[in-house]
Amino acid sequence: MTYTFQWGEALKHLPYLLGGAWLSLVLAFLGFWGGALIGLFGAVGKVYGGRLIYRIVDVYVVFFTNTPALVQIFFLFYALPEVGILLSPFTAVLIGLVLNSGAYLTEIQRAGFTSVRQTEIEAAEVLGMSLAQIVRYVIVPHIAKTLYAPLSSFYIWLVLGTSMAAIFGVEELTGRAINISSTNFRTIEVFSVTALIYIAITILASAVLALIGRYAFRVRAKIF
Amino acid sequence: MLDRIISEAPRFFTYYNMVFLLEAMGRTLLMTLIGVSLGFVLGFMLDFARRTPGRAWLPLRLAATLYVETFRRIPFLVILFIVLFAIQGFRFSVSLFGVAMIAICVISSAFCAEIIRAGFDSIHQTQWDTAAVMNFGRLQTLRHVVLPQAWRVILPPAFAFMVMFIKDTALASQLGVVELTFAGKVLSTRGFSAILVFGTVLVLYFVLSYPLSRLGGWLERRLAPSRGR
Amino acid sequence: MPHLAVADLTATYPGTDKPVLENVSLEVAKGEIVSLIGPSGSGKSTLLRVLVGLLPPTSGSVRIDGEAIDYTSRRSLKSARDRLAIVFQQYNLFQNMTALGNVTIAPIRIKGWRRPEVEADAARLLAKVGLADKHASYPDQLSGGQQQRVAIARALALKPEILLLDEVTSALDPELVGEVLDTIRVLAADGMTMLIVSHEMGFVREVSSRVVMMDQGSIVETGPPAQVFDAPVTARAREFVSRILRH
Repeated sequence: MTYTFQWGEALKHLPYLLGGAWLSLVLAFLGFWGGALIGLFGAVGKVYGGRLIYRIVDVYVVFFTNTPALVQIFFLFYALPEVGILLSPFTAVLIGLVLNSGAYLTEIQRAGFTSVRQTEIEAAEVLGMSLAQIVRYVIVPHIAKTLYAPLSSFYIWLVLGTSMAAIFGVEELTGRAINISSTNFRTIEVFSVTALIYIAITILASAVLALIGRYAFRVRAKIF
Repeated sequence: MLDRIISEAPRFFTYYNMVFLLEAMGRTLLMTLIGVSLGFVLGFMLDFARRTPGRAWLPLRLAATLYVETFRRIPFLVILFIVLFAIQGFRFSVSLFGVAMIAICVISSAFCAEIIRAGFDSIHQTQWDTAAVMNFGRLQTLRHVVLPQAWRVILPPAFAFMVMFIKDTALASQLGVVELTFAGKVLSTRGFSAILVFGTVLVLYFVLSYPLSRLGGWLERRLAPSRGR
Repeated sequence: MPHLAVADLTATYPGTDKPVLENVSLEVAKGEIVSLIGPSGSGKSTLLRVLVGLLPPTSGSVRIDGEAIDYTSRRSLKSARDRLAIVFQQYNLFQNMTALGNVTIAPIRIKGWRRPEVEADAARLLAKVGLADKHASYPDQLSGGQQQRVAIARALALKPEILLLDEVTSALDPELVGEVLDTIRVLAADGMTMLIVSHEMGFVREVSSRVVMMDQGSIVETGPPAQVFDAPVTARAREFVSRILRH
């Protein structure tokens, strides 16, 4: 037990680390919306497309959800140059995250589509609702309710997943923590502060999602 | 590109390389199995701590909740670094595999605690009350009444969780633990085509994960309409 | 000496100020059947929950055969639970066990009685409640009335001295109520001491030796069924009786 903590050494770099946290959030944000777009096409394809489209989407989803994102990014980063495609670390990581979230979000959004029952839409038509009203009062609340919990836990998972970018030299939160600790050697302190920042930003993300859920979709959401 | 792969394939798919990859794959599986088993035992204890009654146990409840909430909000990679440097800082001698295992158990226990909590929450309080008035102790209720019902809710997400952990152990390659991803990196630096190496590694991960995913999905459909009101 | 004696019992749900039971006093003689009636939320079911130790009383005493129960002592509570049995409104059968399993689990695992005797006794009890052919059925394969009868057999298998029945017919479809009431009539004829919470006024009138009316956590009227139903003394009791008789 010879280790003496020097927290000042880590706190000195707080602004630098917070800058990294911003990049982490940006990566997660881009990964999420890129993935959401792919997922929307994937889900529509799986629910309304023919057998062939269903198969293609299914192969994509099954492959990406059953292999590590890290190795997928290795593949993008080290293997694609062999066919002449050179990606920057940031681009490789972002494409990896987008393809991954696309696979997960396909499944999540599909669950949302199938949660709307035909009988309820018919009931709404009988009540004389217009298409816009049906979407607003029947379809959206249904989808929001089904999707809310899996979407928010997925988003947290994605924020944590962006730390993989550090392995490729992207200077997001974990990357910057590695940078600092390799110069001042106060590794435990630096990574503890980093961990606390991750906790803070995921709680922040949960809180924002809970507020959106509560006011936009009337979903009673818990932050914890 | 295809030419290069075809010409390189016989040199890559040698007995030696395949044994190397399969052993690494075994280590990935081993880490996952140990992590998930210990994670379940620890997660079970965490959930038990969170369910202790009365004011006297409040600190324990808070500590367990804090643990679960904290370690589900820190990236595995960061935990790996903290465990590694804490062990080095305090001069304990633990192998790299040991470091990875500690980090895995820290995270998996937090996630397992949540899965177990959901399982137990699915058992209505009245089942506990009914057993209590029949003089069942807490552990007897757990063994005879709650666990036989809760496993139906716990098992399907447990498989999904195991698949997640097979994938997460890939990060242990950063420490130098010779698991599947690290083996891929080694072969890649020996000059084999990255397409060939990482393609093979991806396929091997898939071979590990896919059956578990399917089993989990099957169990979910089978066990979902569980007995009871 | 009364079989069960409750004196000045007061209880409050955790996190609330207003007591759900206030100075409730009640005596039940051996072999007597006492029914608790009153509007919902009056504290009838809560009284039963306090008696079996699911809600600790804040003051007052409960005695069985003159022996006071100390609800803060595990040993005392355990011995009280050996002598009392309760059947719940929602039956609360263990969903992972067959009818026979539900009846035999506690005698075998908790009491440590010998399996052959326990199973023979369980078979006798299940026959008594009219379920001789349902030993191997799981709760979800039984109707509500059948589940409730299994729950009664399960309570009896522990050989209690006093049986508490908490609105045992409230969750049942009307056509299933009769079979459960018949089972209770059989027990009444056997001389079991019973404290019954019920909304079946006709049944209460028929089987009870005494009726206790509760309102807002207190007893407002007590007496033989004829008195409580036909000539209630207090104004609150008169109001409740006129309300239920109108239905």
